[in-house]
Amino acid sequence: MTHSDHLVTVNLGPTHPATHGILQNVIQLDGERIVSAVPTIGYIHRAFEKLAEHRPYYQITPITDRLNYCSSPINNIGWELTVEKLLNVQTSQRIDYMRVIIMELARIADHLICNSILGVDSGAFSGFLYLFQHRELIYEIYEEICGTRLTTNIGRIGGFERDFSDIARQKIQKFLDIFPPALKEFESLFNRNRIFMDRTIGVGAISAERALNYGFTGPNLRATGVDYDVRALTPYSSYSDFDFDIPIGESGDTYDRFMVRNEEMWQSLRIIDQALRRLPAGPYHVDVPEFYLPPKSDVYEYMEALIYHFKIVMGEIPVPVGDVYHSVEGANGELGFYLISDGGRTPFRLHFRRPCFVYYQAFPEMVIGSLLSDAVITMSSLNVIAGELDA
Amino acid sequence: MMVKLLDTLQLPIVSRRSTFGMDEVLIAVEDWIKTFQVLHANGYSLLTDLCGAHFPESDAQYHVIAHVHNLQINHRIRLKTVARDNSNPQVPSLTGLYSGANWMERETFDFYGIQFIGHPNLTRILNSDDMTAYPMRKDFPLEDDTRDDKKDEAFGR
Amino acid sequence: MATNNNQSVDMAPAPEGIEGSGFFLTSLEKAVGLARKNSLWPLPFATSCCGIEFMATMGSHYDFARFGSERPSFSPRQADLLMVMGTISKKLGPVLKQVYEQMAEPRWVLSVGACASSGGIFDTYSVLQGIDRIIPVDIYVPGCPPRPEQIIDGLMQIQTLAETEKIGYRNSPEYKARLAKYGIE
Repeated sequence: MTHSDHLVTVNLGPTHPATHGILQNVIQLDGERIVSAVPTIGYIHRAFEKLAEHRPYYQITPITDRLNYCSSPINNIGWELTVEKLLNVQTSQRIDYMRVIIMELARIADHLICNSILGVDSGAFSGFLYLFQHRELIYEIYEEICGTRLTTNIGRIGGFERDFSDIARQKIQKFLDIFPPALKEFESLFNRNRIFMDRTIGVGAISAERALNYGFTGPNLRATGVDYDVRALTPYSSYSDFDFDIPIGESGDTYDRFMVRNEEMWQSLRIIDQALRRLPAGPYHVDVPEFYLPPKSDVYEYMEALIYHFKIVMGEIPVPVGDVYHSVEGANGELGFYLISDGGRTPFRLHFRRPCFVYYQAFPEMVIGSLLSDAVITMSSLNVIAGELDA
Repeated sequence: MMVKLLDTLQLPIVSRRSTFGMDEVLIAVEDWIKTFQVLHANGYSLLTDLCGAHFPESDAQYHVIAHVHNLQINHRIRLKTVARDNSNPQVPSLTGLYSGANWMERETFDFYGIQFIGHPNLTRILNSDDMTAYPMRKDFPLEDDTRDDKKDEAFGR
Repeated sequence: MATNNNQSVDMAPAPEGIEGSGFFLTSLEKAVGLARKNSLWPLPFATSCCGIEFMATMGSHYDFARFGSERPSFSPRQADLLMVMGTISKKLGPVLKQVYEQMAEPRWVLSVGACASSGGIFDTYSVLQGIDRIIPVDIYVPGCPPRPEQIIDGLMQIQTLAETEKIGYRNSPEYKARLAKYGIE
């Protein structure tokens, strides 16, 4: 028997210990059991969709960086693929392979954060410290390729702004050599750890039917047993050339999500290795002068480059009219871009299908009836990134 | 693919087209729920996305666009509908069929002011609760209009 | 890495003063400044991308903790330095102000990143164009996101402020006037 005056209201957020982002959950407890959980979001609403209506296509890439900022390259490349679909630009195999390498590195970076923070939330700080060292290696690779560490603005419509240098290739190879033993060590600390298993098995479970009904995608859906992966079902950027498995779980609980993400990191390493070994020769951007900004040195010396630069920046290139939806497999699930173009310099409407926004709705259903500490672990294992949640 | 599918499913389509590799149908707002019931019963179990759009130049200004995905046969459809009344746009809510539509419709309401009939909790989700305007409408400015420190000359105004 | 025996450990330089056998004479201000400078406990108010760079700064590669910020405190009552990292929206503004008001004196504010300093690239209706519209800020760190070295530079400048602060500054009329501008008692 519960009486409502005996319920304790706990406000979890919006300023959150442990770096989960700005979310708020008003939780009502009966003793230690959760009776209701009401999430409130929007504390970091930055009006991306409104902003995108006022920026030309090539200026939207830095905005997409800030969606899921733990794996910015995936957002950037997803947007470039959407625009290339609109403009009917075909990229070469070299560009596709380069994109695949960068996207898989970003996926590893995101899963590193999620799994190590899950460790921190269940009390094990060491995993976080060890894995973050390797995240620095990924940052060094990004820095070599595009100049920044976190919000990368990587790539251009039609390819890349510069080729992979030798140093970049060496750094990627070094990462492929150094990281697997570290990941193995991390797994040995957690996978069969009695305390971790007791804290995560059976916690925050959701069935496959409910998950699909909510619109789950990504590792959270795969942990429930549904093997939907955008890379496999609707391949983009030559993903069909690569050999990789899609790990799935059984019960959709926290332990399964953790294990699925670990295994996905191994599969990403496999993909990067294949792509790096079979990287074909060729130019690092396609020859579409109407959409690919020419190098600045050419703009200062050649008339055609100057004219194209002017036309692209001032928006005098005719763009097809229509609706495009393109999605990529982000680290959290299907990251979709719905673009309505009216032929103008800026999109008429751009909507981001953010996976975090869609699956965070299921959080109350996943935690009602469990303990407060389970709610923290569940939230951490869902990998809710506030930037993607609020856009 | 689409023609055969639509014939077997007998959806109440107003018009249809195929654009950039995706099938798109326009549904009358009265048939919105019925269409999704048929789709949901026929394997279109993943509501990928639901959003709104504002076309101030059109007669019916407020559009709602949904994407559903059938994972078994790997087929995606985009469905559009338009609200009849521009001063009080209303569209039926899909929360009875797809739990995921809950927040998607709240976001569309927050941005455009489209009322979703039958939604259990149609309140603002991303903006502050005390906001009165609907910011994604085309007449709402991007920048904060209470700012007084931006020099107009520097911004070409 | 150099071998670490007791004779070669770097210590914080002593302030100006008179030293003798078993005593050290200096002004209270300098001693308190030295203590405060090397034990600033941060409150990481991490909202977005800059928060992830803060996590990298806290990690072992850049190691924030060697500046004395070993214990990040999420409780405002026990924190000295409010590090606002990331975009602050108008919805979050009152929360930030409440957190700032709960902090005990002496408190410093470090605004990390372009969004916290001025709104950044988000010149939109929902983003607060700089946290200095609601709370007083001591040091701004520009960048989008700033590199960990820049965040550490910001921390070192806060350390300089902490070291050179006059005793009684927090009760002085000029400080009270500064807070009054923001409507804080």
